[in-house]
Amino acid sequence: MSTETLFHRIADYASRPDPYPLYAELREHGVVRQDDGSYLVGTYDEIAALLHDPRISSDRRLRTVPDPLGPGQDDVPPAFIGLDDPEHDRLRRLTMRPFGPPHSPGRIDALRDEISRIAGELADGFGGDGKRIDIVDDFAYPLPVTVICRLLGVPTEDEPRFRAWSDTIVAGFDSTPGEDPEQRVRSATEARRAMALYLGELAESRRGHPSDDMLSALVNDEAPEGRMNRIELMTTSVLLLIAGHETTVNLITNGVLTLLRHPDALARLRDDPALMPQAVEELLRYEPPVQMLPQRTPLADVEVSGVTVPQGAPLILVLAAGNRDPLRFAEPDRFDITRPDNQHLGFGSGVHSCFGAPLARIETQIALTTLLHRLGDLRLVEDPPPYRTNPVLRGPRHLVVEPRA
Amino acid sequence: MPAEARSDGRIVIVGASLAGLRAAETLRDEGFSGELTLVGEEPHPPYDRPPLTKQVLLGRVRADDVGLPRRRAVEARWKLGVRASGLDLYGKKVLLANGEQLPFDRLLIATGTRARPWPDPDAARLDGVFTVRTRDDAGRLAERFAAGPRRVLVIGAGFTGSEIASACRERGIEVTVAERGPAPLVGALGGTLGAFAARMQRAHGVDLRCGVTVTGLKGADGRLTGAELSDGGRIDADIAVIALGAVRNTEWLAGSGLAAGPRGVACDAGCRAFDMYGIVTDDIFVAGDVARFPHPLFEYQMLSLEHWGNAVAQAEVAAHNMISSGPHRRPHLTVPAFWSSQFGLNIKSIGVPTFSDQVVVAQGSPEEGRLVAVYGYRGRVTAAVSVNRAKWLEHYRRLIETAAPFPPGPGAADRPESAEPVPSDVPDPKVLSHGPTVALTGHLPDRRLTLVRPGG
Repeated sequence: MSTETLFHRIADYASRPDPYPLYAELREHGVVRQDDGSYLVGTYDEIAALLHDPRISSDRRLRTVPDPLGPGQDDVPPAFIGLDDPEHDRLRRLTMRPFGPPHSPGRIDALRDEISRIAGELADGFGGDGKRIDIVDDFAYPLPVTVICRLLGVPTEDEPRFRAWSDTIVAGFDSTPGEDPEQRVRSATEARRAMALYLGELAESRRGHPSDDMLSALVNDEAPEGRMNRIELMTTSVLLLIAGHETTVNLITNGVLTLLRHPDALARLRDDPALMPQAVEELLRYEPPVQMLPQRTPLADVEVSGVTVPQGAPLILVLAAGNRDPLRFAEPDRFDITRPDNQHLGFGSGVHSCFGAPLARIETQIALTTLLHRLGDLRLVEDPPPYRTNPVLRGPRHLVVEPRA
Repeated sequence: MPAEARSDGRIVIVGASLAGLRAAETLRDEGFSGELTLVGEEPHPPYDRPPLTKQVLLGRVRADDVGLPRRRAVEARWKLGVRASGLDLYGKKVLLANGEQLPFDRLLIATGTRARPWPDPDAARLDGVFTVRTRDDAGRLAERFAAGPRRVLVIGAGFTGSEIASACRERGIEVTVAERGPAPLVGALGGTLGAFAARMQRAHGVDLRCGVTVTGLKGADGRLTGAELSDGGRIDADIAVIALGAVRNTEWLAGSGLAAGPRGVACDAGCRAFDMYGIVTDDIFVAGDVARFPHPLFEYQMLSLEHWGNAVAQAEVAAHNMISSGPHRRPHLTVPAFWSSQFGLNIKSIGVPTFSDQVVVAQGSPEEGRLVAVYGYRGRVTAAVSVNRAKWLEHYRRLIETAAPFPPGPGAADRPESAEPVPSDVPDPKVLSHGPTVALTGHLPDRRLTLVRPGG
């Protein structure tokens, strides 16, 4: 089949349970131009180099070739994930102040007990013996959502509202062929605006009344870089809430799925829970919750393995393909929880490397540890499970398990 | 000799700091099961030096809380608080100052450097005169800082001196910095970053005097009272910190027959020491600040690096090669890198900035306190230095490793409007007054000149 349509084949819903053969095809060709003028990259070294290359923009507004993701969302400026330095750096620094080092080095670590408690309570609700559990709806979704709400200072009872917005916004990145991209993007833009107004009002209500949450810190704290304006505050809060919503759920669910498919690894983790941090890193390599970064664009003609990617062309970095590159990882298709030298691309790399990575790591470590201890011998009711439609934020929509008879 | 692993026998490591410890750990990690001995002149177990001029002087970390984390148990004999005084290559023995002799099958030299002392020993003994190299030095100086001195004089504005000045300002202590060169950091980073550093120091209230030397330290009743400068000026200060770079600890090797001298101990790319005839030894290895080694990215010039990361990487390669043979040995090819934090800024360097003829600010804005400066030598990229932009450096590391064309092409995010290369103004390595953290200890190829005196 032509590599010109590789992206369509990856995006095809039928590929969702196992896109890895397509990623192998991508790696074989290095850099692949698509019939719409976009470029796919799937080899580890090339992706790593591009992630650090200052000529590769994250700002989709700079694209000159038609964007496979549809038109940009013009009226609301991008959050820092979609901006370049120096604006990106200023906003990311301001956001980091109440989240991590150097100003808040203990913030995330201090959440461990609370995350364990929330995970324990969710596991308590699983019900009696013999009952089926949906790992997604009963556990992997509510856990990170509760945590991000607590961290940001968003009332958990508003969850249904922003779940709907979040679903619509994320669908805006979902380029399933055959759908009307205009309509999809319009809905996403409206949802993003509604969520921004909601979070903006919430943050404003904390101005002058600081409490121990990030929205309050962002609206009240004075940094050397100044403060975020109202719009920046809104776009940043939307980004944090969505990112805290849509990625860790997949990481936890993929973790349960992968461990149930690899009973030897699961048994080893039960015997030696100290292996969990390493196991989560391997999971981030083997089944990364963000499969690709579809937002990049070169600011100048850039040569990648002998192919010139022109300025302004959509450049899609397929992280999940790089994570299985045999030139970087020995036996890349093997799930090995003690893999040495595991510098995966699961959190990206470079200046845009995942902001929430420390939180995602401890959430997933705690979530999987809790499940290992609470649940007995389980089996998957359906393998492969039904997937969400999104090829970028890929993960099961449901993961139903039941005790082994 | 058969090409087999040499995982037993006796290994002695002289130097019990970062390089010595990491080498010991690597030896055990890679299966060395023989007898391992570490010799250290200081009485303390291995500790971390970068915090000494930062967190310790700021009073945030106590000097005795900087012990290095251990990667694993090393099951070694530790000889701490005793200096190595000689090496007998024929008898394969290290001689210790207490008269003891340590026979070895293989030896690792990791004796590092010490602070260059003030040239007048009487003045150096005045109460209030300090150097900062050991945790004891830093602990004593931190106590003095806490007592609230009237003014601190820092002599030398390399990285150590600049970090000490930064700690003074952060603690609200008045500080004068005297630098012989035209700007701070110029010895390591050249003119553009030097000018930036000078502005930064002055903006933070440092009384910075460049182009002057301290001609004498003055005291009364055994206490420092001030200093006289070469421009006729006089500084009243109750503390003077001598930050004139480092001296390599090679004296104990004098007469041993190894290629050891003031510039370090010469070794090959596999960390094997050369003897004085330039013949490579097979059982003596070198790692860390005391080593001089050839680097292919810098035209095989001998490099001496005073970098934390180099000490670790070189120790790992040396240890691996000590118990491997033939083609199983690895070269030490790491691109040099180091960092500093001062005046609220993170400065990071990759490559060898002094190996350059031009420099360009490729990204950022010096006025706004962020930049990436890229250094080139004869049209290829050889180094990059970031200020508050360390995450961009990975890209430039690739450019250095691939000898990419200099200046880098257009298109970088946050590129200044005028990105024109200017001369890098790095000092000739032969006339450095105090060591930069990277010293090229050979000669630049284009400066291999013969001076012919015209006949009378």
